[in-house]
Amino acid sequence: MIAAFGLLVGVLLGLFFRPDVPLGLEPYLPIAVVAALDAVFGGLRAYLDGIFDDKVFVVSFVSNVVIAAAIVYLGDRLGVGGQLSTGVIVVLGIRIFSNVAAIRRHLFHA
Amino acid sequence: MTDSSPDPTPTPAAPRTGRQRLSDALLRPSRAQVVVAVLLGIVGFAAITQVRAYEVDDTYAGYREQALIDVLNGLAGTSQRAQAEITRLERARDDLQSSTSSRQAALDQARQQADTLDILAGTVPVTGPGIRITVEEVDGPADIDSLLDTVQELRNSGAEAMQINGEVRVVAQTAFEDGVGGIVVDGTPLSPPYVIDVIGEPSTLVGGLNFAAGPIDQLEEDGATVDVDELQSIDIESIVPATRSEFAEPNTEQ
Repeated sequence: MIAAFGLLVGVLLGLFFRPDVPLGLEPYLPIAVVAALDAVFGGLRAYLDGIFDDKVFVVSFVSNVVIAAAIVYLGDRLGVGGQLSTGVIVVLGIRIFSNVAAIRRHLFHA
Repeated sequence: MTDSSPDPTPTPAAPRTGRQRLSDALLRPSRAQVVVAVLLGIVGFAAITQVRAYEVDDTYAGYREQALIDVLNGLAGTSQRAQAEITRLERARDDLQSSTSSRQAALDQARQQADTLDILAGTVPVTGPGIRITVEEVDGPADIDSLLDTVQELRNSGAEAMQINGEVRVVAQTAFEDGVGGIVVDGTPLSPPYVIDVIGEPSTLVGGLNFAAGPIDQLEEDGATVDVDELQSIDIESIVPATRSEFAEPNTEQ
């Protein structure tokens, strides 16, 4: 309940303040958001599996975001930023899909 | 909260199912949930920020450096072409304006010339300062030569328009003849008293008539009385119909 409330508050804050993305962070924010989504769905799946641990969740969340951003940064340095971010998105997308599939099995038994 | 009651569907009991855990979580807050709430808040905030940023500037956001340079070059070329087009159109506009104004000037000049010629040809009524000469035959008929001299002296003095008895406009082609009981001017018989309206500089016109052995003297010798009135404004209403000359035509070669 509180978790859903937190999400809502975050969305409302984003709508209300309309922050400008700092120029330096601009290429990394979308990847970071997708990585965070991956962590969130992984956490939800773990919760439904009964193995949820908030410490693990926090660590995986932060490390996901940091590693995704770092990969994109490295790609930009190497001149393959576009391709590498596409690769990261694909991998994270696959993980999100598999997590959502597990969640679906838990919730709908299907 | 009311709709989040446990699923009534019976499920195998021993390990709790995912659904039950989820509904438990909805009902019973815990420390872990607060942590998750904070992280989810960050995710939501970042996602909305990203969506906004992407909506604000979605045209060039995904472009790499070279693509942006190409776009910029294209824009520079377009603006250069637009600038050239503006210059060209402005020049055309200036040309048109000057040709319009020169045509207007030519038109004004032509109109002015036409007015002058109309007055000379006597095809339009005119008005202006001038004199009125009244010749009354007291002791004898006014000689036609004396009248003709009068007209000639008036022309010499700069008369711009003349009419006799309010009926006949005196122009370049006007002819004077003797008639029964008077004179015939341009085929119109006129009888005394003759009233000659003249438009011109009044004192000059009077001076043109009033010299020794001049027209007035001649007319008085003939036995007529002559009255000259200087007027601020005389209307000459009679006109000569405009005719196209049959034989003479303008020689444009000279």
